[in-house]
Amino acid sequence: MEWRWDWTWEILPRFIDATGKTLMAAGGGYAIAVVLGLVLVLAQRTPYRIVTMCVREVVEFIRSTPLLLQVFFVFYVGPQFGINLSPWTSGLIAIGVHYAAYLSEVYRGGIESVPKGQWEAAKAINMPVTQTYRRIIIPQALPPAISGMGNYLVGIFKDTPMLSVIGVAELMHTANAVGALNYRYLEPYTMVGVIFLAISLPTAFLITQFEKWVRRKMGMK
Amino acid sequence: MTEDMSQYPLRLEGDNIPMVRFQNVRKSYGALTVLDDLNLDVDAGEMVTIIGPSGSGKTTVLRMLMTLETINGGVIYVDGEPLTHMEKGGVLVPANPAHIRRIRSKIGMCFQHFNLFPHMTALQNCMEGPVQVLGLPRKEAEERSMELLQMVGMADKRDQHPSRLSGGQQQRVAIARALAMRPKVMLFDEVTSALDPEVIGEVTNVIRKLVDAHNLTMLMVTHQMGFAKDISDRVCFFFNGAIEEQAAPSDLFENPQRERTQQFLNAVLESN
Repeated sequence: MEWRWDWTWEILPRFIDATGKTLMAAGGGYAIAVVLGLVLVLAQRTPYRIVTMCVREVVEFIRSTPLLLQVFFVFYVGPQFGINLSPWTSGLIAIGVHYAAYLSEVYRGGIESVPKGQWEAAKAINMPVTQTYRRIIIPQALPPAISGMGNYLVGIFKDTPMLSVIGVAELMHTANAVGALNYRYLEPYTMVGVIFLAISLPTAFLITQFEKWVRRKMGMK
Repeated sequence: MTEDMSQYPLRLEGDNIPMVRFQNVRKSYGALTVLDDLNLDVDAGEMVTIIGPSGSGKTTVLRMLMTLETINGGVIYVDGEPLTHMEKGGVLVPANPAHIRRIRSKIGMCFQHFNLFPHMTALQNCMEGPVQVLGLPRKEAEERSMELLQMVGMADKRDQHPSRLSGGQQQRVAIARALAMRPKVMLFDEVTSALDPEVIGEVTNVIRKLVDAHNLTMLMVTHQMGFAKDISDRVCFFFNGAIEEQAAPSDLFENPQRERTQQFLNAVLESN
């Protein structure tokens, strides 16, 4: 079996289209995760023990069950409770919530890395707690969290093929379809691999640069 | 708390009310009592220094006043009003956050490890409170902050981040940051303890200026006995969570009445 370039060029447009969909799934899921993750970590730091414990359990539950199961659950079990969602919506919700649980842990590490003295200094200038988070704590928690957040950005991108199982037409789904139609899988799967690599590697590099830039910008080492 | 609160006045009245009053204040961590029945008045404009061995509860006094620590008994008054409590139905009950914030606005504090905001420049550190907490226009906050940075001799470093400043410089910015909030009471918690010996002077000189120029009430915890003797109106020697002896600095340092005070001063002077 040899590589067929003419066929590769022929199917390429479909893969470019699917790459866009994959990026949308990763970007959309990540946007949900970034915001929801912050909500999850702040909810775990409220003085109300019942809230703290419930959220803690939910985060643990999400982190301890497979993403694929969660995707299936939202898409197939939802309708039995009257919640009918499109593959796209189900996929984004499942992957967004899943990664929100991971990102909340990254945020938690960042927030806990801010010395206690910063809280005390904020109190000494009479700053309320919400403002202290916004102005003092989160800006300092961010730089140490960037590399973890970046890892999960690449992670969510690499997990988008899971959405192919519920019919989201991203890269993996497209490769399967093209392959099945022509009984040839070498070129489609190789292309998927190359595309993932071509996006993941530069992203990881940019994240390290971004982290350095942020630290410099904030006058930190 | 089963304490009878009716023994505490709802507010201090009269001509000569103290700026700060600790009345029967108790503080404990579990079974460990840190401060036992503390009674201490600080008059407006007075500089009171607290000395004593480590673990005697001296830093806790400042931290309770800054509301960084809760108290387990008694009442703290600031400027005539209770800080830790508020009036409800004719008696004092534990204060709510809004009340604490209102009274706390009269207090400023400097810390042993400066605690400057590392992601802000010297000027931004000073402006943060006036702009974000007091709601001052940026221009006014900047003028106020620059005036204070000038006073502490840090005006030329206004755009530097704390990581580029020495310990002494950071502490001077921290003093300016606290003063920018225009407090009536300033607390200095071992502000020279983390500094190299050769820069201690630049910080103590700033505090000296404050004693001369401002009508500030100050409470200071320090290990610099010479400095304490120089600038204090009164020195309190703490031992085992209580005031063992308090007097004017000349009396306390030269003619201590209590044996524990003598022992402590001897030990400190020997080590110097």
